Amino acid sequence: MTGRRILHLLLIAVVLVYPLIAADSPVYGRLGALVLLGAISASAWNIVGGYAGQVSIGHAVFFGIGAYASVTSFVHLDLPPIAGAPIGMLLSVLVAAAIGVPTLRLSGHYFSMATIAVGELVRVLSSTSDFLGGAQGLGGPAMPRTMFDLSFVSATPYYYIFLAVLVALLGLTHWIERSRMGFYLRAIKDSERAARSLGVSSGRYKLYAFMLSAAFTSLAGSLYLCMFGFIDPESGFGILISVKMVVMAALGGAGQLFGPLVGALILVPLEELSNSYLGGQGAGLTFVVYGAIIVIIARFLPSGLLSLLERRKVVRRAD
Amino acid sequence: MSMTLVQVVVSGLLLGAIYALFSSGLTLIWGMMNVVNFAHGDFVMLGMYTAVVVWTALGGGPWASVPIAAIAIASLGIASYFLLVRHIMRGPMLAQILGTFGLALFLRYSAFNVFGANFRTLPDTLVGHSFVLGGIRFEGARVLAGAVGLIVTLALHFMLTRTAIGSRMLAVSEDATAAQLMGIRPQRMQALAWGLAGAATGIAGALIATFFYTSPTVGETLAIVAFVTVSFGGFGSVLGALVAGLIIGVVESVSAFEIGPVYKDVVVYVLFVLVLWFRPQGLMGKT
Repeated sequence: MTGRRILHLLLIAVVLVYPLIAADSPVYGRLGALVLLGAISASAWNIVGGYAGQVSIGHAVFFGIGAYASVTSFVHLDLPPIAGAPIGMLLSVLVAAAIGVPTLRLSGHYFSMATIAVGELVRVLSSTSDFLGGAQGLGGPAMPRTMFDLSFVSATPYYYIFLAVLVALLGLTHWIERSRMGFYLRAIKDSERAARSLGVSSGRYKLYAFMLSAAFTSLAGSLYLCMFGFIDPESGFGILISVKMVVMAALGGAGQLFGPLVGALILVPLEELSNSYLGGQGAGLTFVVYGAIIVIIARFLPSGLLSLLERRKVVRRAD
Repeated sequence: MSMTLVQVVVSGLLLGAIYALFSSGLTLIWGMMNVVNFAHGDFVMLGMYTAVVVWTALGGGPWASVPIAAIAIASLGIASYFLLVRHIMRGPMLAQILGTFGLALFLRYSAFNVFGANFRTLPDTLVGHSFVLGGIRFEGARVLAGAVGLIVTLALHFMLTRTAIGSRMLAVSEDATAAQLMGIRPQRMQALAWGLAGAATGIAGALIATFFYTSPTVGETLAIVAFVTVSFGGFGSVLGALVAGLIIGVVESVSAFEIGPVYKDVVVYVLFVLVLWFRPQGLMGKT
């Protein structure tokens, strides 16, 4: 037991000092922040996709709303981008309700396909909107005016901001996991009909999960904008943004607290490091490997990497 | 109806028949084993590259590339089934998304490595020039693609509903264990479904390549069209995919003509969401 405690403390220490070690390298410095950002959006997706089992492939809608809420706050209202974050979150919750009420009635694949369609619809519409900068997209502040613009040269401040958000999100998820709602969501995931027959108002709880998940996905979008300072329809609402959240969560273990973080820890470095070391030339080859790794994990660990630990626990208990 | 509108509807129908063709493979697999193939668009893409290779290396037109693509993509489908799908279909839906999306990336970037990122197009004259019939202008390549699309999709539908092998496949999709007790080998039938789906997809790809640009990422766009067509028509219904494909083709070209090209997708997606709202199982799906 003490051994595990030491391991946990060691992990926390590594997480806390990582940027100080990696600060010198532009690649690794950014990498830490990017992993955390990926983990935030995948963990947000996990609430509805993992715990409630409603596989949304349209979460880029909320990511994009967050990013665009931030950039338009700057472009049209002259506010710091982060001021758009609460607006984006509120808007995302409303949009989630509007999308969720009709689509959450659909089951399984139909829900996934409907969310793909909604995502594409929003992407096409955003590229026709002058307010959102059309297909070219919009940029944040070129030069930081005040500290509130959250525009830093170093990736270290982003790292700690993202870490704080991730810890808060995982804390909330953990609390939900153990609350009545957590049990309801798992029951709905296992068998919606059974859950309903036991008096769980499944529609309402699925919608709550969807709305909560949307709010945090939107926050991830706002944070993305603060760090990258630019958004266009493809990087905000593109289907790849949605799919990446699903893949990260599924790779680590959907419906588990740390699943999305584990997925992000693997996928984000794989993508980033290969892009920066191999450049455009090798990018194709990297994604071949990236795809192959995903296929192999899906083939041998269909419930995600964390299921390895579960298996070991079961073995240990059996001993 | 003005002549221009007739022209628009006709080209929409031709486009729709092709949508139906490349969606029929997806719906077959979806309906038979409840697996979403996220690599479907990339199967189409490889079919298109087959046509490009057949043309550049052998100088052959669609008469050569269509059968070659059918065999190549059918083999790819069967290989995917035995190496990957067979193992993930019993897992959670997320494992299927993960596995087939990984396969999609693998295929897409393998093509990128081999063929490069440049767009390839086949010569316009490969199929024949456009002609005018009854005041309506027809483009040779699209007419061929639309006609073959219609024939192959209908053939697939009749094979599934009117032949013994089709009944066996449907029996496996209804209840694999019961089918096994009746002396049907589920794995063989499922592999056959992947082969048939691959063949239809390969044919579609080879035909699309005669009038559309080919690139490693073209599959992403096509996959979204296929997903919408299949859920619109109802999972597992080839006839549903045909009807949905034709509707989507016509709606797309009419709204591009009446409202503007940018909005054609918007109209299709809105229509799709409305269909799901009123008929969650799609046009011809079973509840």
